[in-house]
Amino acid sequence: MSSHDNHPEGVAHHFETAEQQFDSGKLGIWTFLLTEVLFFSALFVAYTMYRDNYPEVFQFASQYLDTNLGALNTLVLLLSSFTIAWGVRNAMLGETKMLTINLIITLICAAGFMVIKAEEYGHKFHEGTLWGGHEHSIFQLDASKVDPEIAAHSKAWSNPDGEFSAAVKDLDPEFRQKLGIFFGVYFCLTGLHGIHVLIGMILLTWLLIRNLRGEFGPKNFAAVDFIALYWHLVDLIWIFLFPLLYLIS
Amino acid sequence: MAPTTNTLDRTNYLNATKGFMSWFWTIDHKRLGLMYLWSVIACFIMGGFFAMKIRLNLMPGAVDFATQTAEQMNAYNNAFTVHGAVMVFLVIIPSIPAALGNFVLPLMLGAKDVAFPRLNRFSYHLWIIGALLFVATLLIGNLDTGWTFYPPYSTGHTDPSVITAVLGAFILGFSSIFTGLNFIVTIHKMRPPQMTWFKMPLFLWAIYATAVIQVLATPVIGISLLLILVEKTMQIGIFTPELGGDPVFFQHLFWFYSHPAVYIMVLPGMGIMSELFATFSRKPIFGYKSIAMSSIAIAIFSFIVWGHHMFISGQSDLMSVIFSALTFSVAVPSAIKVFNWISTMYKGSISFSVPMLYGMSIIWLFGIGGLTGLFLATLGTDVVFHDTYFVVAHFHYVMVGSALFGFIGGIYYWWPKMYGKVVDGPLAKVGCVLSFLGFNLTFLPQFVGGSKGMPRRYAAYGSEQGFDDWNYWSTMGAMVLLAGLSIALFGLLRSFFVKGALSPANPWGGVTLEWQTPSPPPEHNFEIDPPTVGDPYDMSLVEYRGEVEGFLPVNPREDDPCVAYIAPEEA
Repeated sequence: MSSHDNHPEGVAHHFETAEQQFDSGKLGIWTFLLTEVLFFSALFVAYTMYRDNYPEVFQFASQYLDTNLGALNTLVLLLSSFTIAWGVRNAMLGETKMLTINLIITLICAAGFMVIKAEEYGHKFHEGTLWGGHEHSIFQLDASKVDPEIAAHSKAWSNPDGEFSAAVKDLDPEFRQKLGIFFGVYFCLTGLHGIHVLIGMILLTWLLIRNLRGEFGPKNFAAVDFIALYWHLVDLIWIFLFPLLYLIS
Repeated sequence: MAPTTNTLDRTNYLNATKGFMSWFWTIDHKRLGLMYLWSVIACFIMGGFFAMKIRLNLMPGAVDFATQTAEQMNAYNNAFTVHGAVMVFLVIIPSIPAALGNFVLPLMLGAKDVAFPRLNRFSYHLWIIGALLFVATLLIGNLDTGWTFYPPYSTGHTDPSVITAVLGAFILGFSSIFTGLNFIVTIHKMRPPQMTWFKMPLFLWAIYATAVIQVLATPVIGISLLLILVEKTMQIGIFTPELGGDPVFFQHLFWFYSHPAVYIMVLPGMGIMSELFATFSRKPIFGYKSIAMSSIAIAIFSFIVWGHHMFISGQSDLMSVIFSALTFSVAVPSAIKVFNWISTMYKGSISFSVPMLYGMSIIWLFGIGGLTGLFLATLGTDVVFHDTYFVVAHFHYVMVGSALFGFIGGIYYWWPKMYGKVVDGPLAKVGCVLSFLGFNLTFLPQFVGGSKGMPRRYAAYGSEQGFDDWNYWSTMGAMVLLAGLSIALFGLLRSFFVKGALSPANPWGGVTLEWQTPSPPPEHNFEIDPPTVGDPYDMSLVEYRGEVEGFLPVNPREDDPCVAYIAPEEA
């Protein structure tokens, strides 16, 4: 039992050294990120498969997405990745105040992303540009089911300004059905990504509280490091989603 | 060197702390392993109940083919679905890695715990939630999709119990991922300095290969099940043909996980086999490196063969031919293992203890299971055998024959380490032999029936179809199997509740590190550190010592607590 008496401070009972503990955490978080990539993989495969089968549908459907808001969100997330990376450096150097500032900016960016995303979603629910199975979807095969009020209101449905190459009601039924698939993939991908942003916000808040208690410093920055890695992955997934969904032409 | 205390009275991980919360909220890998063990056994009884329901339903004369009612058919669909889902997701996948792996892995590494003990506890709690959701599934509805949850059975206007079942499987998937992640990090970062990769016990190689599959494949089933949930509740359209979706796409995703999952089930059993054959033949394992590498090879090959489940699902002929050819590759590392085990026995000093009996059963069972797999890998024959009882018999030989028998053999092997008592009497041997005979009697007739075209998932068959004899013998076999497994479980329960023969630190003569600490181990696994790491299969490192009625290192250290074990007659 003698080994417990001189056990290094801040090292869990089952690790020998602080280095072993940190390395284990690092390998753990990277392995977890690998599972995250694979978790998204099925949706990326769905995207690839349907886009390969129906390229013209995807090109057409992409017009319904707001490229400006998507680009803005990309910038917001890039900024948050920068601040969290800076935060890791702050933790390593023991700059507690700067870490607090960077964590807060990261959190604001994350919240901003969600607000912009909610704005986009709200618009789509209003217009009815939804997955095929939704009762208010303008892509349903049975046009009579669509709420006439929504149809009258929807730019996509009535196509008054000629922005789109065709109004939805004039489209071939099969084409309309596949448009529903595009929005199914869109909502699943961005929804799952949004859930990850929300989880990230919880983790960032936890980091902020711990930092305000003064828990982080040159000897203890692992949690900041690992959550930053997670946050970079969430950012990276969006970097793929933005061109794949918004910039099809 | 004089024995001082009874092993069960000294402070160990079982009696160090008391009370419900000291177990439920523990981060001790050994206690978590035991809780998994008993939870898995409870689920096994639940799944076994439905297995018996299936067999009794198929007994000739039980349900008349011509006059069967819709209720009878629905009840049968429910029975085989729940049997399959419970046995796969709640029993076989967590059985060896989560129960035995948790208990043994840190001990084998000479470590105090897994790398992330709290994550380990979280995995177990997720597992409990998943199990409760399956129980809820049984209570609220009539799940009848088959364990594969294929759309459109699982989507659209089907039974709402699909939601709880799929959610349960989704949560169990995360339990499995976190366990695998924990094991990968533990094996990478917590081996003692002298233990190089090729001095690792083969059980750890097998667990490592398993963990790689768990981490790489399980997220894919996770997202697929999540999509089924979304599809079912919101008609998102990706898998639903009416909305333009592709149900075969789900089958690809499902089998991308579920074929590797077969190796999540089988590889750990193979790892246990390697330990058993070396220990009970008193010989170094034959072909250590080839067994270790074949585990990794199986893990890699497992990812490129999923299409053989879909030969008649409408994938292109070219894909089918390629998948068929790739599937044969799995046979090579599997056969390497079997030949190595047999070679290990050759000219060994074999003792027919209970764990070894299970080990030798597996050679037969896995032999049949593996070789009949070749019929199904062959495109031309699979088109005929697909969806017949030939397939049912084949995967039971692999999943029950290798995974379950390996699990039970492993329980008997490490039971002394878990509870400080040995179970090795004639009754336990009768349990093993009866299970072996019963298993073969259950499933060999299904090969014959299946090769004559008996389709699976039918609630009844007409007598004129000529399958009655095969069904009769299969049901009889299931009774024998039930008796054998009940005796095996009874042996364990009797040892658990009644004070049986106390175990020395090393009753079987294993050389791996878990045998170098008292049975049961202290809370932090080893009283003296570090344990000496040598060749895990050099049997000359330990010798039988009458005064402890077990094995000790040839030159034990002065302070080795294993030496202080009291012989049973002094207890």
